Amino acid sequence: MSDEHFDAIVVGAGPSGNAAAYTMAKEGLKVLQLERGEYPGSKNVQGAILYASALEQIIPDFREDAPLERHVIEQRMWTMDDASHVGMHYRSNDFNEEKPNRYTIIRAQFDKWFSRKVRDAGATLLCETTVTELLRDSSGKVIGVRTDRNAGKVFADVVILAEGVNGLVGQRSGLRSEVAPDTVALAVKEMHFLPREVIESRFNLKGDEGVVIEAMGTITKGMTGTGFLYTNEESISVGIGCIVSDFAENETTPYGLLEAFKNHPSIKPLLAGSECKEYASHLIPEGGYNAIPRLVGDGWIVVGDAGQFVNAVHREGSNLAMTTGRIAGETVVWLNRRRDEMTKANLTEYTRRLEQTFVMKDMKKYRKIPDFLHGNKHVFTLYPKLFTNAAQSWFRVDGVDKRSKEKQIMSSFRKSRSILGLLGDAFKLARAWR
Amino acid sequence: MAEAPKAKPAAGRAGTKKELPDHFKAYKHVWVAIECEHGAVHPVSFELLCEGRKLADKRGVELAGVVMGGSEDAIAEAVAQTFEYGADVVYTVVDPVLTHYRNEPYTKAMTDLVNTYQPEILLLGATNLGRDLAGSVATTLLTGLTADCTELAIDDEGSLAATRPTFGGSLLCTIFTLNYRPQMATVRPRVMSMPERQEGKRGKVISHPLGMGEDDVVTKVLQFVADRETDKAQLPYADIVVAGGLGLRSAENFQLVKNLAAVLGAEYGGSRPLVQKGWISADRQIGQTGKTIRPKLYIAAGISGAIQHRVGVEGADLIVAINTDANAPIMDFANLAIIADAVQVLPALTEAFRKHLSVNRMAG
Amino acid sequence: MHIVVCVKQVPDSAQIRVHPVTNTIMRQGVPTIINPYDLFALEEALRLRDKFGGEVTVLTMGPPMAEDSLRKAMTFGADRAVLLTDRFFAGSDTLATSFALAEALKKIGTDFGEPSIVFTGKQTIDGDTAQVGPGIAKRLKLNQLTYVAKISDLDPDRETITVERRAEGGIQVLETRLPVLVTMLEGSNEIRRGSLEDALRAAKADVVKWSAADAGIEDLTKCGLRGSPTIVKKIFSPDPRSEKAHPIDTTDLSMDDIAQALMDELFQRQPELEGEFLRFAATQFGQEVGHG
Ligand SMILES: Cc1cc2nc3c(=O)[nH]c(=O)nc-3n(C[C@H](O)[C@H](O)[C@H](O)COP(=O)(O)OP(=O)(O)OC[C@H]3O[C@@H](n4cnc5c(N)ncnc54)[C@H](O)[C@@H]3O)c2cc1C
Ligand SMILES: Cc1cc2nc3c(=O)[nH]c(=O)nc-3n(C[C@H](O)[C@H](O)[C@H](O)COP(=O)(O)OP(=O)(O)OC[C@H]3O[C@@H](n4cnc5c(N)ncnc54)[C@H](O)[C@@H]3O)c2cc1C
Ligand SMILES: Nc1ncnc2c1ncn2[C@@H]1O[C@H](COP(=O)(O)O)[C@@H](O)[C@H]1O
Repeated sequence: MSDEHFDAIVVGAGPSGNAAAYTMAKEGLKVLQLERGEYPGSKNVQGAILYASALEQIIPDFREDAPLERHVIEQRMWTMDDASHVGMHYRSNDFNEEKPNRYTIIRAQFDKWFSRKVRDAGATLLCETTVTELLRDSSGKVIGVRTDRNAGKVFADVVILAEGVNGLVGQRSGLRSEVAPDTVALAVKEMHFLPREVIESRFNLKGDEGVVIEAMGTITKGMTGTGFLYTNEESISVGIGCIVSDFAENETTPYGLLEAFKNHPSIKPLLAGSECKEYASHLIPEGGYNAIPRLVGDGWIVVGDAGQFVNAVHREGSNLAMTTGRIAGETVVWLNRRRDEMTKANLTEYTRRLEQTFVMKDMKKYRKIPDFLHGNKHVFTLYPKLFTNAAQSWFRVDGVDKRSKEKQIMSSFRKSRSILGLLGDAFKLARAWR
Repeated sequence: MAEAPKAKPAAGRAGTKKELPDHFKAYKHVWVAIECEHGAVHPVSFELLCEGRKLADKRGVELAGVVMGGSEDAIAEAVAQTFEYGADVVYTVVDPVLTHYRNEPYTKAMTDLVNTYQPEILLLGATNLGRDLAGSVATTLLTGLTADCTELAIDDEGSLAATRPTFGGSLLCTIFTLNYRPQMATVRPRVMSMPERQEGKRGKVISHPLGMGEDDVVTKVLQFVADRETDKAQLPYADIVVAGGLGLRSAENFQLVKNLAAVLGAEYGGSRPLVQKGWISADRQIGQTGKTIRPKLYIAAGISGAIQHRVGVEGADLIVAINTDANAPIMDFANLAIIADAVQVLPALTEAFRKHLSVNRMAG
Repeated sequence: MHIVVCVKQVPDSAQIRVHPVTNTIMRQGVPTIINPYDLFALEEALRLRDKFGGEVTVLTMGPPMAEDSLRKAMTFGADRAVLLTDRFFAGSDTLATSFALAEALKKIGTDFGEPSIVFTGKQTIDGDTAQVGPGIAKRLKLNQLTYVAKISDLDPDRETITVERRAEGGIQVLETRLPVLVTMLEGSNEIRRGSLEDALRAAKADVVKWSAADAGIEDLTKCGLRGSPTIVKKIFSPDPRSEKAHPIDTTDLSMDDIAQALMDELFQRQPELEGEFLRFAATQFGQEVGHG
């Protein structure tokens, strides 16, 4: 046991934990951060997208030294069937602005950098230290944590659970239930190394410009999920993810899906000649608003993925994680300054503040999407085929007149799904989106 | 820090230009340290004589062996063999103090010889003895030493180009010692080939005194416990090696590897995780942090072929992988593969060899 | 008793990549670790300290970020960490490295007490030379014990140490006088898991940082590139074997047939193996087969 008493203990050194620890340490609180990995980001080796605004609010000049790979100037949204894709590309020179809005990053490096900032701000970080449970006093208030190290108890006024999607500490301590398999996606990713010149010519980029491809369709074999490809400086992150319960039903392996995705004729040439060096899988909470667990109690707060804060539709997660972490940190600082107890009632200030931000607004807006997608497999099976077939028939110049082609396309849509069904899907989607 | 600039081609390095100081210009000939602790010559010394011969011929100089030991009798056979395996000259230092290998007297003997007879190249085996000695000799002489080489050559300007693996074998680098003499290198056992033995060949023997008494040596050998041949893995010199990896799933299944090895008269070994799990002893680990092997046949069952494993087995003549994954890295360097469950293949293979034997016995 | 352990921060070799075009090392994202061999040395040092009392200092020469490795060493229980860092050290080969470390060790002796034992690992996984330990010993005139599998006895009063050293073909039991330099063999022990207290102390500890001048090094020509007699002229990737493994056909075949096919293929590719195998078998299994 350590005699030292901390103002706050943060469990986890991902984006949410780092945001919380940084915010509190910067304001002079005595912060202990515990991370089970060998170093921050060690469990997060892969590439990802960083949304600048959330980080800007924490470290305004992060662009000066953060390990950023490329800023995104082009977004491709693809609907794929087995041999083709129809897609929308949006590319704009406006994204070459002075302070770009989105970057590709490699988490292992980004987390390390962020963690350096956290320590420079004065927080104490212990790695390779797993929190096994919360410690409580006789009234049930959380007063510290137990770790897997010898004599491993340590105490604080408040514990911020930034432990990621599994939420094992919270679960073991009875704060929340087990993560349900239909509210999490399992994503597998690979990192493919290519010389930067090759990446730049292949994707038509210059300097630090980058491209993001997001894809759905038959590539997930009817399961709810998406595939993606991000360009980093000298590598490409490619991955695919689907809801966990779907995998169980379909008896498909995530790795098999990724293999098929990489071998898809639209993807394969983009990866040609690369060397795959890293493979990782990770869960993403996709249950949305309805799956958010209790967020505060006496002496504890939940932030980031542990609180299910992910916007699956826009593939946002780390920005919600950082924002929830920051606001939790600010709440604790505020209470600490006022010398208020870290009780449930006082900590509820955190959820009140969250309601005012994009985090809760977006979570609410999209709350029906998970159910819609999960209940509507056509999105992943039938529609991609219809769209690609339609495009093919439209673009193939083969002596058939355009009016007949239009008819053909319409009838193929009708044959596959009644107009009512089509309209219904569109309507439901619109409603879920609203 | 030491490795940082080595990562790049060394540009702008003051020493890259060859400016051999005058006092080094007399340094000539290629020397090989002959390792003959406890009588027998370590095979790596013969391998070095073979390689040293090529270097000496290219330089048009003599090849010499250095034999150190406790008595004339103890080294007589080693001296004879050194000639038969190619040396033109043999330097000897004989003194009871040298009976067992100890760093102090051996370092003194070798540095005195070098300072007196001035070789341009000095090669040692990258064994425990060779690496213990080479580091001390190089530091005493303040010259360059390239450790654990896998390839030696003479470049166009007559300098020794020593190539060695670095970063755990993911890369190779070629290293020179341009402005200092001798150019020293240690060479991994089983990397170079064995020379032909020229029975009865002899040459000039030059003996040199040690000039140090037992009282001058602080370190004492209290005891030498020889490995018993029977329970000691002789992996580096085995002709056939059968090894298992994590793909075998359990310690019990590892018995299947031993069974096949027994039928083949092979040594058995394994990947590092098996040592960590305690399924096999540390001296049976194959790879970067274990043994380097060069068998005629290597059978790897349930081993993925990580780079650290690969560098230890790449010298095998024929590599067979038994693995359920057709894309395992081992497929990039194995010659033959069975894509199937090792737990089923191993017993079948054992049985096939056993049968082959009985059929041939019957026939014979 | 004061014990110093030399540890080196190395890139995790499992994750080193080579740029396919320029053939240079891509360090991007390659994690660093404490050279695994050095952990055996550190654990041995900690055990001796626990038994005889005293302090363990860890020493590294490396870039500023090597501080992480020193801190990590402290989480295992080391008492003090010294980082020798200076651009003059860049490009050191083993001779220059052992010079710098030896100078730092002298300064450690003056500032924190003369060490009775200096430990190094057997070798590093990046340099892989096993030369730095012996180099330090020679420069500091320490008695040198390499490839030590076990420290069987240590008598601080008589200043003697007895060890088992792995030699070719056997184990040497050696006795010598302190101070000594010991290079530890792998597998001799297992690094402990530090307590929460150790981890907290390590996170907050001040790492002693010395430049060449701080360490009292005057002759900079012995450091870094200038002090290194060896010159790396070329770095390149090993030739990949051009073809992949030839798979034995397993479709619709019984395990026995597959095994038979492999054996035939082996004997066809390496005919002399068959003869050797039969000769070996004749000596070993003659009896057994005779019965069969
Ligand atoms: C494949 C994939 C792609 C994604 N792409 C994007 C993207 O492009 N953009 C985006 O914004 N978001 C993306 N996300 C989501 C984003 O990664 C997460 O939302 C974000 O990482 C959540 O941060 P966090 O700090 O809450 O959790 P995490 O990043 O999971 O961090 C939790 C940390 O806590 C540690 N920990 C856990 N338990 C313990 C314990 N008991 N004791 C001590 N430490 C513990 C863990 O080791 C970990 O370091 C993606 C997710 C996945 C899986
Ligand atoms: C500094 C350092 C030094 C190292 N030194 C060494 C070293 O000297 N030697 C060494 O070996 N490793 C070493 N390693 C470890 C190395 O990186 C690998 O982790 C290790 O070699 C993997 O062992 P493996 O192939 O047995 O296990 P895995 O990599 O887990 O591979 C198991 C393989 O078995 C296959 N398989 C699974 N089931 C079956 C089945 N039923 N039948 C057949 N095949 C099956 C799998 O497809 C897989 O390819 C070192 C690592 C480091 C960091
Ligand atoms: N830069 C360094 N800093 C501290 N110790 C080192 C350094 N380089 C090598 N060593 C030590 O010397 C041993 C042998 O290293 P090497 O000769 O590189 O194989 C290592 O196990 C370390 O203990």
